[in-house]
Amino acid sequence: MDARREGDVASTKGRTQVERKSDRELVISRTFDAPARIVFEAWTKPELFKRWWVPKSFGMELLSCEQDVRVGGAYRLVFRHGESGSMAFHGKYLEVVLPSRLVWTNEESADGSVTTLTLEEKGGKTLLVVHERYPSKEACEANAGAADGMSESFDQLDELLVTLVSARR
Amino acid sequence: MVQYQQARFDASFAALADATRRGVLELLGRADASITELAEKFHMTLTGMKKHVGVLEQAGLVVTRKVGRVRTCKLGLRRLEEEAAWIEKHRQLWDARFDELDKVVEELKRKERADGRKKRR
Repeated sequence: MDARREGDVASTKGRTQVERKSDRELVISRTFDAPARIVFEAWTKPELFKRWWVPKSFGMELLSCEQDVRVGGAYRLVFRHGESGSMAFHGKYLEVVLPSRLVWTNEESADGSVTTLTLEEKGGKTLLVVHERYPSKEACEANAGAADGMSESFDQLDELLVTLVSARR
Repeated sequence: MVQYQQARFDASFAALADATRRGVLELLGRADASITELAEKFHMTLTGMKKHVGVLEQAGLVVTRKVGRVRTCKLGLRRLEEEAAWIEKHRQLWDARFDELDKVVEELKRKERADGRKKRR
């Protein structure tokens, strides 16, 4: 039973697709082996959201996460930044349709995107699509900065893990 | 794939190891130019410049197109490669995120199944 379940997870793994739809739009998609209501729950409950939004492997820490998931409601994510600083991401929800659609703003900078999450359930699986729309081409491209830093810490952590694993042997 | 990339890197580095070729890239970064124009700018023979452009072309740094008797050179796939790298960075972030989300989702599914069994009892 467990083996089969693991097989299911493996079959949807590594299927994340990222597409530049236009100068200022980025579309990310992936299929999950679960009904939409479960994916929606994992996205909208802070205690669950906290567990995956900042991948462990990226070496960043989410200090707090508040989500008031209703139209006009606010969210606020605070990350540890550097030695003692912190960095906050915040915005508000523009649309909330359970369990299939969530639209929110990213207001930490004037260049933030409006992000739309759609969940489309089919035969027990859910196609998840994240659509980021930026105010300009430049804003869209500048956003790579964040991903940049993250993949850097990704590499650093990989190195650290290799050292730790070989030290333990 | 790895071997192909390695070959591409080797070709790129070899192409960039020459001052004239770096100059040509810099120039093409500002505007497209014909081989004749490039030869004049670098005070070279047409044959000499053709050789340099050939090396750059092999490395994928420059593409050329012949219209009539004029061969025009422009910067190659580099911009496309930058774009691909940019997309790949986003993909890595979201892929890592979604691997973690998969775990949360699986746990919720298990819980739901267990709760369902309890209710039926």
